[in-house]
Amino acid sequence: MGSTEHDKVWAETQASPEFQALKKKFRGFAFPLTAAFLVWYFLYVALTAFAREWVSTPVIGNINIAFVLGVLQFVTTFLIMWLYERHSSHSLDGPSDALREKVDKELAQ
Amino acid sequence: MDSTTLSAILFVAFVAFTLVLVFRAGRSNKKSSDFYDGGGSFSGFQNGLAIAGDYMSAASFLGIAGTIALFGYDGFLYSIGFLVAWLVALLLVAEPLRNSGRFTMGDVLAFRMKQRPVRGAAATSTLVVSIFYLMAQMVGAGALVSLLLGITDATAKNWIIAGVGVLMIIYVTVGGMKGTTYVQIVKAFLLMTGAVLLTFMVLWQFGFNISDLLGAARDASGKEHFLEPGLKFGKEILDANGAVDATKTLMSKLDLISLGMALVLGTAGLPHILIRFYTVPTAKAARKSVNWAIGNIGAFYLMTIALGFGAAALVSRTTLFRGYKADATGCLVDAKGIPIVDGDVACTNLDNLANLSADAKKLLVPVDPSGNVAAPQLAQFLGGGEGTTGGAVMLAVIGAIAFATILAVVAGLTLASSSSFAHDLYANVIKRGKASPEQEVRVAKISAVVIGAISIVLAIGAQGLNVAFLVAIAFAIAASGNLPAVLYSLFWKRFNTRGAVWAIYGGLFSAIVLLVFSPNVSGLATSFIPYVEGGLRFDYFPLANPGIVSIPLGFIFGWLGTITSTESNAAKYAELEVRSMTGAAIGKAVQH
Repeated sequence: MGSTEHDKVWAETQASPEFQALKKKFRGFAFPLTAAFLVWYFLYVALTAFAREWVSTPVIGNINIAFVLGVLQFVTTFLIMWLYERHSSHSLDGPSDALREKVDKELAQ
Repeated sequence: MDSTTLSAILFVAFVAFTLVLVFRAGRSNKKSSDFYDGGGSFSGFQNGLAIAGDYMSAASFLGIAGTIALFGYDGFLYSIGFLVAWLVALLLVAEPLRNSGRFTMGDVLAFRMKQRPVRGAAATSTLVVSIFYLMAQMVGAGALVSLLLGITDATAKNWIIAGVGVLMIIYVTVGGMKGTTYVQIVKAFLLMTGAVLLTFMVLWQFGFNISDLLGAARDASGKEHFLEPGLKFGKEILDANGAVDATKTLMSKLDLISLGMALVLGTAGLPHILIRFYTVPTAKAARKSVNWAIGNIGAFYLMTIALGFGAAALVSRTTLFRGYKADATGCLVDAKGIPIVDGDVACTNLDNLANLSADAKKLLVPVDPSGNVAAPQLAQFLGGGEGTTGGAVMLAVIGAIAFATILAVVAGLTLASSSSFAHDLYANVIKRGKASPEQEVRVAKISAVVIGAISIVLAIGAQGLNVAFLVAIAFAIAASGNLPAVLYSLFWKRFNTRGAVWAIYGGLFSAIVLLVFSPNVSGLATSFIPYVEGGLRFDYFPLANPGIVSIPLGFIFGWLGTITSTESNAAKYAELEVRSMTGAAIGKAVQH
């Protein structure tokens, strides 16, 4: 099978509703989440730069808001990792595997 | 036995153990492509540990702990940026990269482009980023060893840097990706064990009360605002009259934002991290490896709170200068107990350092101006303190782990750069894709030797440079040149050859030019060219971190290059998109 037929497989798969649905499910999840964690991270950095008095307010004992926000960055990172893993294994891995098998079969012909 | 001997024995044991692993890995390498991807058969868990091993450099372990110990809260900002950065890799890069590339970052960038210009650019930026990072690690190795083993002689220090270089060449040429991966895994395990041990011991000292630990650190530091941001980054800058200089203060705060950008966006553009995703068989395994990496790296960076503030709270600040310490009355005395006499001042204590004559100042060489040995010093204290067996053992163990850390990272960097040199430059640019796999791997091994040799020479020459500065350059270039190109390649249909070339070179040169004209290089007493009144200065760019300008520039150059070129390859984009989302035809070369 030559390169032109291969190209046809790729193009047809790309245009297929299954692939478009998979792409939408991936991008519709990963892109907004990326925007969200970047906004949240830069908000945190901006607060440590420009809202020094507020982030220095003690919360419990010597632990101030800056520490709470910092540890929350860790918490949200772990949370987003967990959310993405759940989304991938529930909604992306299955359709992606099915498409791979189909494409690999077509390419082998 | 003193800690120096013990440190040396433990380190030699680590080297011997990893060499055995590497030689075994080298024998089990069958296909020539194993050099690049280790056979692509590691599990997500193994690769996750290896990623953690590759990522947590000496800058993380020693640098962050040291920065927290000296500047308090601000050091923690590094920990957060270095961790959050992994979400970019997880959500956008790891899986599609695994699915559509084989050996190098250039594979993905050149997928649908003209091979020679794009691979040339990819190899250039890989080499630049890796060599800056390599220099940082090796300079760090030299500094660490001289502190731990008490070696101050310049020749001996150079020999140690050369030794590190030779070892990494052996790891890479003999073991390839598989051997290097084993070294990373062992190192990650050791580093995590060491960090958990130290954290536990610190928290135990404070009855597991974090607030008490922080309070003790603040009190011991003598700095009222030690637990608040602002001692290192985004400082309020006063003018000559003692009032806040609004412009300079704003610049200083923007510098902090700029650093944050480079940290969070640099990771997913580091070539030695990107190629780690090729060592697993599937995108799912690549995702799992990032999950494991995030787990390990996150836990580690949380522990830097205990390590850094623990060092601030517990490590005695009386041994500040090499050969001198404070006696019972607070006067600095030498090893024989003789105080420094400066003119008619009989007692030099920490409060009157500013009034010392230039001659007396020369005597006082700070032991650790950058805080790089705060973590080993903390270990010594927790083991029982200087002069005790426990202290010696702990110092030796943590010192050996720190050294193992450096060694593993330099091996990963050498592998990334030699792979890119052989696979991108030699095979595709010079030989135009007509090199046999055997020739390619031979060139990769030769280039590992050459890159190793170059880094040894550069690192010996760069010993005066600040390690954090070198790492910041690497992150800024990776975020400015590589990340825009990688993201556009994967997600923008219109992206083309000119866009990729402009993004990489545009980002790379913006970052470097801004650095050259930054206060890192001239204008300050602490610059690369130290500023003296009326001396040479060209610090036209006010920020030490170029990211806030150079990263957007990288994206703008990539966009501009793309839209000014009519080239567009819809068929190849269809292939790239389907492959990146599904893993079809995984590991197979692209037909051009």
